[in-house]
Amino acid sequence: MPTEKIYWKNIKQLDQEDDILHSLRDREFPEKLPVDFFQSSDQKSSEDDSNTSRRDFLKYVGFGTSAVVLAACDGPVIKSVPYVVKPEQIVPGNANFYATTYYDGYDFSNVLIKTREGRPIKVESNSDAPKFFQTNARVHASILSLYDTKRFQLPQENKQDISWDDFYGKVRERLQTLTQTQKRVALITNTVLSPSTKTIIEQLIETFPVIEHHQYDTISSDSVLDAFETRYGIRAIPDYDFSQAETIISFDADFLGDWQAGGYDSGYAKSRIPKGQDKAYKMSYHLQLESNMTLTGANADHRIVLTPAKIKQVLAHVYSVVCENSSIASITDGQIGGLVEKITSKLSDDPVGSVVVTGIDHIDAQKMVLAINEKLQSRSFKPQTPLFLRSGKSDTIDKVIEGILSNEISGVLFYGVNPVYSHFRGDELAEAIKSLELSVAFATVPDETTNVSEFVAATSHYLEAWSDFNPTTGYYCVAQPVIKTIFHTKEWQQILLDLIEADIDHLNYIRRYWEVNILESNNWNQVVHDGYYTKEENSQLTEDDGFEINVQALVDAQDYPFSLILYTKTSLGDGSQANNPWLQEMPDPITRASWDNYLTISATDAKRIGLENKTNSFGALDGSYAKIRVGYNELEAPVLIQPGQANGTVGLALGYGRKEGVQDEMQVGVNAYRLLLDNQLVQSVEIIPLNKKLHEFACIQLQNTVMGRGEIIKETTLEYFNTKEKDYYNPVVHVSKNHIETPVSSQEVDIWTSFDHSVGHFFNLSIDLNACTGCGACVIACQAENNVPVVGKREVRRSRDMHWLRIDRYYSSEITFEKDQHRAEDTSWFSKAYGTFRELEVAAENPQVVFQPVMCQHCNHAPCETVCPVAATTHGRQGQNQMAYNRCIGTRYCANNCPYKVRRFNWFRYNKNSEFDYNMNNPLGRMVLNPDVVVRSRGVMEKCSFCIQRTQKTILDAKIEGRTIRDGEFHTACSKACTSGALVFGDANDKDSEVAKLKEQKRRYYLLESVGTKPNVMYQVKVRNTTVS
Amino acid sequence: MSHYEAPIRSPLILGEKTYHDITRDIAKPVESKPSRQWWIVLTIALLAFLWGVGCIIYTIGTGIGTWGLNKTIGWAWDITNFVWWVGIGHAGTLISAVLLLFRQRWRMAINRSAEAMTIFSVIQAALFPLIHMGRPWLGYWVLPIPNQFGSLWVNFNSPLLWDVFAISTYLSVSLVFWWTGLLPDFAMIRDRAIKPFSKKIYSIVSFGWSGRAKDWQRFEEVSLVLAGLATPLVLSVHTIVSFDFATSVIPGWHTTIFPPYFVAGAIFSGFAMVQTLLIIMRKVSRLEDYITVQHIELMNIIIMITGSIVGVAYITELFIAWYSGVEYEQYAFLNRMTGPYWWAYLAMMTCNVFSPQFMWFKKLRTSIIFSFIISIVVNIGMWFERFVIIVTSLHRDYLPSSWTMFSPTFVDIGIFIGTVGFFFLLFLMYANKFPVIAQAEVKTILKTSGESFKRNRDIDLSDQK
Repeated sequence: MPTEKIYWKNIKQLDQEDDILHSLRDREFPEKLPVDFFQSSDQKSSEDDSNTSRRDFLKYVGFGTSAVVLAACDGPVIKSVPYVVKPEQIVPGNANFYATTYYDGYDFSNVLIKTREGRPIKVESNSDAPKFFQTNARVHASILSLYDTKRFQLPQENKQDISWDDFYGKVRERLQTLTQTQKRVALITNTVLSPSTKTIIEQLIETFPVIEHHQYDTISSDSVLDAFETRYGIRAIPDYDFSQAETIISFDADFLGDWQAGGYDSGYAKSRIPKGQDKAYKMSYHLQLESNMTLTGANADHRIVLTPAKIKQVLAHVYSVVCENSSIASITDGQIGGLVEKITSKLSDDPVGSVVVTGIDHIDAQKMVLAINEKLQSRSFKPQTPLFLRSGKSDTIDKVIEGILSNEISGVLFYGVNPVYSHFRGDELAEAIKSLELSVAFATVPDETTNVSEFVAATSHYLEAWSDFNPTTGYYCVAQPVIKTIFHTKEWQQILLDLIEADIDHLNYIRRYWEVNILESNNWNQVVHDGYYTKEENSQLTEDDGFEINVQALVDAQDYPFSLILYTKTSLGDGSQANNPWLQEMPDPITRASWDNYLTISATDAKRIGLENKTNSFGALDGSYAKIRVGYNELEAPVLIQPGQANGTVGLALGYGRKEGVQDEMQVGVNAYRLLLDNQLVQSVEIIPLNKKLHEFACIQLQNTVMGRGEIIKETTLEYFNTKEKDYYNPVVHVSKNHIETPVSSQEVDIWTSFDHSVGHFFNLSIDLNACTGCGACVIACQAENNVPVVGKREVRRSRDMHWLRIDRYYSSEITFEKDQHRAEDTSWFSKAYGTFRELEVAAENPQVVFQPVMCQHCNHAPCETVCPVAATTHGRQGQNQMAYNRCIGTRYCANNCPYKVRRFNWFRYNKNSEFDYNMNNPLGRMVLNPDVVVRSRGVMEKCSFCIQRTQKTILDAKIEGRTIRDGEFHTACSKACTSGALVFGDANDKDSEVAKLKEQKRRYYLLESVGTKPNVMYQVKVRNTTVS
Repeated sequence: MSHYEAPIRSPLILGEKTYHDITRDIAKPVESKPSRQWWIVLTIALLAFLWGVGCIIYTIGTGIGTWGLNKTIGWAWDITNFVWWVGIGHAGTLISAVLLLFRQRWRMAINRSAEAMTIFSVIQAALFPLIHMGRPWLGYWVLPIPNQFGSLWVNFNSPLLWDVFAISTYLSVSLVFWWTGLLPDFAMIRDRAIKPFSKKIYSIVSFGWSGRAKDWQRFEEVSLVLAGLATPLVLSVHTIVSFDFATSVIPGWHTTIFPPYFVAGAIFSGFAMVQTLLIIMRKVSRLEDYITVQHIELMNIIIMITGSIVGVAYITELFIAWYSGVEYEQYAFLNRMTGPYWWAYLAMMTCNVFSPQFMWFKKLRTSIIFSFIISIVVNIGMWFERFVIIVTSLHRDYLPSSWTMFSPTFVDIGIFIGTVGFFFLLFLMYANKFPVIAQAEVKTILKTSGESFKRNRDIDLSDQK
């Protein structure tokens, strides 16, 4: 008996002999397969029997081949891992914004971080914050530093990665030994703004009493801190509110740059926009006395070029007049006398509305300014809310460094500072650190100091860390992580807590501190949400006003035979972000040079010394090298002739010449910190011309003057603005039609029919030349938002920068732009041909300066649109000129035909190309890319899109919420980044919107209106508060 | 056809020629082995061509960034070369079509080579619009072909698109015209061929020409129709090329004078190139009896006239720039003359306006060496004209902040040299395997314009008196 049961499906199955059933069961294909043809002849039953036709054979071959080919064409496998448990707040495709705070010891800003799918992609200013909402280019670019491939991934000992346990064990043991042997250990940090961190440091010192804490500001603010401390008893920086100023007298204070921790330009810009009734407009008056051409001087109504000593003398005399101090001798120098009289009369006209500021690195100068502002009772002077952003004492630091060098100090801990690079004795220090018993650097990225330190504690980037700050009286900020640590890094406070075995994590520590000391009964979560917290607090200022000022010291000031004035650049600042390609490629607002620092020198001095600038065959700038000798230190730097530079002075930017932790491409410039002897920004210098190959600059703008073209830069004086009609200061070009003068804006002389923009949104952008300070925050914001590639020095030099938004800077050739224009109009054809034009190409010795942001003008009659053979660029319903990258074949005709030259061509493939080894060439760096904007391929044209991804998002959000869009909701990256109010974006169809109002302003003009392009970007005439022109 | 021609007309065919002599003279270069010089020149041309191919491959593989262009100057050598080659390609149609309609018999000796030159130079020209694209592999998008993108169509407003039509029409009409004329001559070579292979090839390319009266009748009709079709092309092609610039808004480009000025310039440069080629060819292929000094002189006169027209255009441009009162326009032209590219302007002026004026002197315009030199000078000048128009207009346009300069890279130069090599490669192969003179047509004037016939007739006529 068979043990296996057999189930049958039907009765026939029982019959084992059934043929049909048999064949069906045994054969997969009941019919004969036409395969005989393939069988060898002996297998064949017979020729006639074969069913295989030639057709079948071809079918098999064809199918087989295509199957194999298809199988071979394997698409790239992109692994995407879905969420197992989706975080509640993350919706793919939607951005989340988190408020946090940027502070790196140099810049401080309340920011919002845009994250997509948990990935931070952009920094924006936290416009809700009442203070510090101003976000400069460096802060905007700091997002890229998060994805720096050079970052430390683990703690290191002698440059080898070790585990955190090892690190803690070893460092703790060393500290204990040092404590037992009573050897000094210095903790050198940047200015600590965090109240909770201060207590952590106190705890650290309790545990290891040999540790002494010193705060080190890379560029010292000693004079102002000392002056303020002497006067008010607090070591802080006085705050100024320029928005309330009517007269601003600045003695070499670059307050639109990094003067006194920066952040003054939005207030300043507010005071610069003419306000008030028709014919009675008012704006502030700004007089700048300076030696280097700074951003501030470039924006001033009057810029007086003086050597440092003369500025001091003017200040001393102004002080003695204002504060009625008659102890000094009368003025002998006529120029100084005139200036003093002018300034004092301005100040006496409106003392309360006036403000005097100075950047002179001299305690008496700073004291004088405090005294003058007090005397004036200046509205803009705010000593009650001093800024704590700097507090270092450079003489203490110098002593500490002396101690390290002389072996009095046996151990050192660094946080947020890089003294090996930034201290003038850095080279000696580097050697000394190597022989210390303990050296620990807390750092995110390698630098010169970590390079010589025995231990490196890998700290988290600010976007991965909690922190808190108290930048000014009654104002507290919180920094929160917006991403989990990418590497095995820890917050530096956490490392300190772990070192002392405090058994608490940093977040809880901060919370506990806040709950006890700051929050009162308020909600911590709300503070984290907002990013800031305001509280009623009074600064404990000493009220007595007796403080001594050594006026004579300033009156007697003498200039060096040649003065070197060290300054910081808008793009790189103190140099801590030197490995950030966005900042390296950002042109300097004044010189428009990128990827370099250089000696700025006046044309007269250059000629005298035998230094030159030349343009090469493709227009790029070359400059001679010079040897700079300061004391015993020498450097070789290229020379750039700078209009507006005082004779007898040269300028050189700090923050360049970084080598460690900086990619080869970005190791540019020279380290000017080595010349910062005794932390003094003005040094006596010897300039020796070098006879070697010219230096190759990478300037984004090669022609510096506007050639008297009045249609590009329209400007007038406040006097004319108030007294004359619009046609005088903002004329529209007229053309003749049938012998009748017709304005070019008229439909009469337009060969095109206009688009109907009455339905839906109509995007317009207004650019106020009065408010634009040229800070360049918009340039970097645009780069971050729109995935604009970095092309490197060589390509910038070849005029192939890719920035969608540029800030043109023009110098006047005569002393004013108005005179330029007269010159260009009034000279004869022959003198134009042989001289005038060539002379107009050269900037004046102390020129007027104007900044003009230019991006795609989104013309309603765009010259680019008509010439594209494949219609890749077309006009949008909402007023944009749109670019379909996928359709573009790259004829570049559109770029040629663009009168504004705003179109940028992808000359090479800029992503995943080792020739362009910047952030788009590594997976980490590509994390910063905005997923809403396509990365352009090689060979296509690109340009500003009016941030269509942002406007579209705003529209969709409003649609989902079922509401109309409020004014101010629409933003482009640039208008959002512009805290000075120069860029205003919005819907011109919304008649109540700000941009619609700006469109009706008398100052409104269009760039190159006579070309008839009818742009959707408008400019506002620059008004200078000058009475004489 | 009457065998009478006015005695003041000098003979077009020199020597004691019979029909058979003509056949032999013209078939000789085709039937004999190429000389050593031919091989040497061919090798040089081939090397230049290969160098150009290498540069093109490099460009397509790496990007347009290998050229010297920048954000302000989006076109330079690429479009300069394009317009230059198109211009050169102009003489062919003019000679074959316009002069045919005007019954200018002297054209018969030169039209074949002029047309060949036209086709070869248009091929060079057509290369540039393609390779100057950022993504040349998508170049077919400029054709109005049905596509998978729905209603996506080309932009009929764009002069670049008009260029595509103009150039392709010109190339195809010229090719048909040329080939039609070649048919009886190919047939002649076919009939003389001894080797089966060449007989086979020539019989294919002669499209079965039998020489019947019907063939000749149709041949004449087609020639006339094509001449009628091609005549407007002489004007249209370069007019449309000039629209690339004239319809733009860039000062120096935006000029209504461009169409006639470009056409004149094109004829000017085309004749100069014909001159260059024929002066060599008549010597090398021993065709002095057919391409006579008279031919050279007549072409020199055309060069002189068109050169002067171009000169008037240059001066008119300057005048209009001043007269317009537009500051950008004025600057653009002053900058051309006195700006950083003054040397290019000077080269253009000297070569194009000044040098053809020598042709006023009979002694000079009948000098073969001098004509040869001037023809080369003119072509250099015409290259500079396009360079001046394109680069000096772009490099300093409206906003001074964007002003730059241009300097070619080795790739720019390499591609240009490559096209010159390619052109000569094609022309040398043509000179060796094609009947370089339209012998069938030349035979029709032998009895009227042949030197010996003319002389004999003159004797007859004087005898009758």
